Amino acid sequence: MENLFHTQTLLIIAAGAIATYLTRVGGYVFITRMKRIPPRAEAALNAVPAAVLTTLVAPAAITGGWDVSLTMAIAFLVGLRLSLLPMLAVCWIVVMVIRHLIV
Amino acid sequence: MLIYGLQIPKRADVMSPETKEEFRDALRRGGAVAIAAAPFAVLFGAVAVDNGLSIAEATLMSATLYAGASQLVGVELFNHHVAPWLVVLSIFAVNFRHVLYSAAIAPHIRHLTFWEKATSLFLLTDPQFAETERRADRGIRVSYLWLMVLGLSVYVPWLFLTILGAFLGNLIGDPKAIGIDVLLPVYFMGLVLGFRSRANWLPVVLASGAGSILALHFVGSPWHVSLGALAGIIVAALLPLDNAEAPAGDVVEGEA
Repeated sequence: MENLFHTQTLLIIAAGAIATYLTRVGGYVFITRMKRIPPRAEAALNAVPAAVLTTLVAPAAITGGWDVSLTMAIAFLVGLRLSLLPMLAVCWIVVMVIRHLIV
Repeated sequence: MLIYGLQIPKRADVMSPETKEEFRDALRRGGAVAIAAAPFAVLFGAVAVDNGLSIAEATLMSATLYAGASQLVGVELFNHHVAPWLVVLSIFAVNFRHVLYSAAIAPHIRHLTFWEKATSLFLLTDPQFAETERRADRGIRVSYLWLMVLGLSVYVPWLFLTILGAFLGNLIGDPKAIGIDVLLPVYFMGLVLGFRSRANWLPVVLASGAGSILALHFVGSPWHVSLGALAGIIVAALLPLDNAEAPAGDVVEGEA
């Protein structure tokens, strides 16, 4: 048992899991307690997917080096045409070609 | 059978055509997510063991947190002898975006029972959220079955690939050399593009993109996610409302 789990690590994982679950239910609990959602709040919620997901893309595209920036630019163009899996395949090939054949 | 004048279909076979469609759709989408996330599950397992976690601990973390970025941040901090509360706070900060997700999907899951909501929200990840919004955008009612099949078809591989990564340890080497570091950003780019028909998409994306890059530079990670998202959301709230999309009952502008 001593080797499988360490008490402090276990406590951190448990606290981290609870904190994470609270973020997953917190927004729902908060928004459903509001009697009426104002139109501007609704417009804000409608923007959540693009707003949050963009923050996972933009910094990576800018700070990851020119090879990543170029791949992300191609991903943008390819993504307008292809669905997710083919898009992933194309971009993976692009970055591998850049890193192993060009550089 | 007629109940209150409504035609209730007989439950002759367990899988109705709609159920089959839901099952297949969720499995197909979940499979794509699992493939995109697979390298990160393996990477997490390897990094976790490398940073002193046991295989059992790494597995437990994947099973209970089930949030890749925060798991990686968490195990990175384990190794630096950071105060435990700071590790938990960092995990919370990285995962804070889920608050926005669960608020945004509230109208789509309101019809579920308490336990259905409690269990399906445990599986709420970036792709789970994006796929739920997209399904609702297409005018399809989001069912519990669909949510759970989608979520579990990502969760189960995530768990097993964590264990695999923990056993493989350092065999993976440099993620950049095999090009897996770009998979997640590319995947998220695809998700962002999937919402391009929504109102004010471009201004929101530009504000969030610029906001997150500036916040990363001046404040640092992981706060750039929340701050960047806030920039985009504020822009969406301040832009003129699209009357065509606003429901008729919501004309309460002058109320406050």
